[in-house]
Amino acid sequence: MIINKKNIEDLSKNFSESGGIKGRSLWYDARTRFLKNKAAVTSLIILSIILLFAFLGPLFAQWSNEEIDWTILGDISTLGMPSFNTGHFFGTDELGRDLYSRVIQGTKISLMVGVVGALIAVFVGTLYGAIAGYFGGRIDTIMMRIVDILMSIPYMFVLILLLVIFGRSIFMLFVGIGLISWLDMSRIVRGQTLSIKKKEFIEAAVATGVGNFTIILRHIIPNLLGVVAVYATLLVPGMILTESFISFLGLGIQEPNTSWGALISEGAKTMRYGTLWQLLFPLFFFVVSLFSLFFIGDGLRDALDPKDR
Amino acid sequence: MIIYILKRLSVALPTILILIIISFLLMHSAPGGPFTSEKPLPEQVLKNINAKYGLDQPIYNQMFNYVWGIITEFDFGPSFRYKDRTVNDIIAQGFPVTLKYGTWSFILAVLFGTSLGIIAAIRQNTFLDYLAVGFSISAQVLPNFVMAPILVLIFTLYLGWLPGGGWEGGQIQFVIMPVIALSTSYLASIARLTRSSMLEVLNSNFIRTAKAKGLPQYKIVFYHALKPTLLPVISYLGPAFVGMITGSVVIDMYFSTGGIGVLFVNGALNRDYSTIMGITILVGCLTITFNLLVDILYAWIDPKIRY
Repeated sequence: MIINKKNIEDLSKNFSESGGIKGRSLWYDARTRFLKNKAAVTSLIILSIILLFAFLGPLFAQWSNEEIDWTILGDISTLGMPSFNTGHFFGTDELGRDLYSRVIQGTKISLMVGVVGALIAVFVGTLYGAIAGYFGGRIDTIMMRIVDILMSIPYMFVLILLLVIFGRSIFMLFVGIGLISWLDMSRIVRGQTLSIKKKEFIEAAVATGVGNFTIILRHIIPNLLGVVAVYATLLVPGMILTESFISFLGLGIQEPNTSWGALISEGAKTMRYGTLWQLLFPLFFFVVSLFSLFFIGDGLRDALDPKDR
Repeated sequence: MIIYILKRLSVALPTILILIIISFLLMHSAPGGPFTSEKPLPEQVLKNINAKYGLDQPIYNQMFNYVWGIITEFDFGPSFRYKDRTVNDIIAQGFPVTLKYGTWSFILAVLFGTSLGIIAAIRQNTFLDYLAVGFSISAQVLPNFVMAPILVLIFTLYLGWLPGGGWEGGQIQFVIMPVIALSTSYLASIARLTRSSMLEVLNSNFIRTAKAKGLPQYKIVFYHALKPTLLPVISYLGPAFVGMITGSVVIDMYFSTGGIGVLFVNGALNRDYSTIMGITILVGCLTITFNLLVDILYAWIDPKIRY
């Protein structure tokens, strides 16, 4: 038998010096796993930089997003180029507005749409799925059938229908996106609830006479948070894509507000006139942010979801 | 199997009905009628128009007539915007275009997606694999509305190989870019799905048995591994189909191909309610029918699913 005496001595010394072993919680484990994922950590840093850009960027802007630079109007493709001299770091758009400020504005709105859409999905989807899963039986069948039906409707068309009928505003956009974003979430949550509700601690709660909704809110939902967090992160890019899609068609965000989709759409329309930067700057932010969000979501899933390990 | 199909049908038909009713009610809850304009029409004229389009009847009557018209004659009613055309005319004009490039995109995505996934899986951790994985990850953030301008930028503005838009009866050079723009992100998703599914299958016991008895690799892949590999891919076909139909709106707008997408958006911007509804319902029916077919295909391939 080969026993490395020195190692054992070291080990025992470590034990006595550290004063007991620290417990490793589930979240601690998850954090370590997440930090080991290089792609996810890099993405997190990049996304933080973009966030900083969105909130601190206006400090460096020489022009606001609504000012029109009359001196360059009429010759955008040469005078409106990105340059430090004119103060238009990203150039100007077709109307002579500063693209740097417009991109900041679009970044804020796109990210906000993503986060709000995901939050709606979290609230509605979690509650809906938990209720369906917990009560089971006929309630479950009916509730999930409704989800099935809603999922098989081509929602983008219904969303556009909604926007046309009730007017195009950010609020309607949120309502429309909120209407469809929770469906996947509710399915995932229902599945998790089905397995959680068979656990002993739920049985104990039922035995001590805790009400149904208290059980759902206090005992089931807290145990779902890991899964919910993962899918919420993965939902954010999805929501941004949806919003950009609608704004690209000119049916989403309206002037003077803007978003990545709207900016890409404008840039795509004008690139034939040699104003390529109008497409490339928004496109860069769009692609890089979505990349980061997808990688962060994947990293979180690997860290928190025990199935794929 | 027949019972299963009937069961799926019993869900699909009410779904279509609900879709029709919802969009009808939505349309009627809109503020203002389809003929309200900035300069108000004389009362008698408005009355006559309303009577002509049946808008003076009670709403349940209108709805019944509308639904009945669709069920019996596939008639979506007149367009509120173009006086001389019905919604059917408008759809008949745009649908073949969408169908053409949509079908090609779908075939391209499925065929190339699965092939790429399979190649990546059987050559795991080689250069080919990394290339396929890299491509499918990057394509995730290249949806159709990003692909379309990039393609035009490269192939029209810089290389000048392809026309930047138009349809011209569907000649090949007008079809290429719409098809690539529409299919790329789905091709990538299908490749990812196929790859991970194929890797899982290749590690299972029955494949080891097949290897142990000395079968050549192509036989293992095509005779044994392919069928279980394709199951998750098949269940993705439904969402992919919906995505492509939705994406056709962007394609039509950007490449001016004149499919139903551009009719839909123009209808939306002109508040031509009957056209929007007609297209929504048509797309809904297509989607639901397609999902039904996918479900049946799935149940037919996977013997574990029996209801």
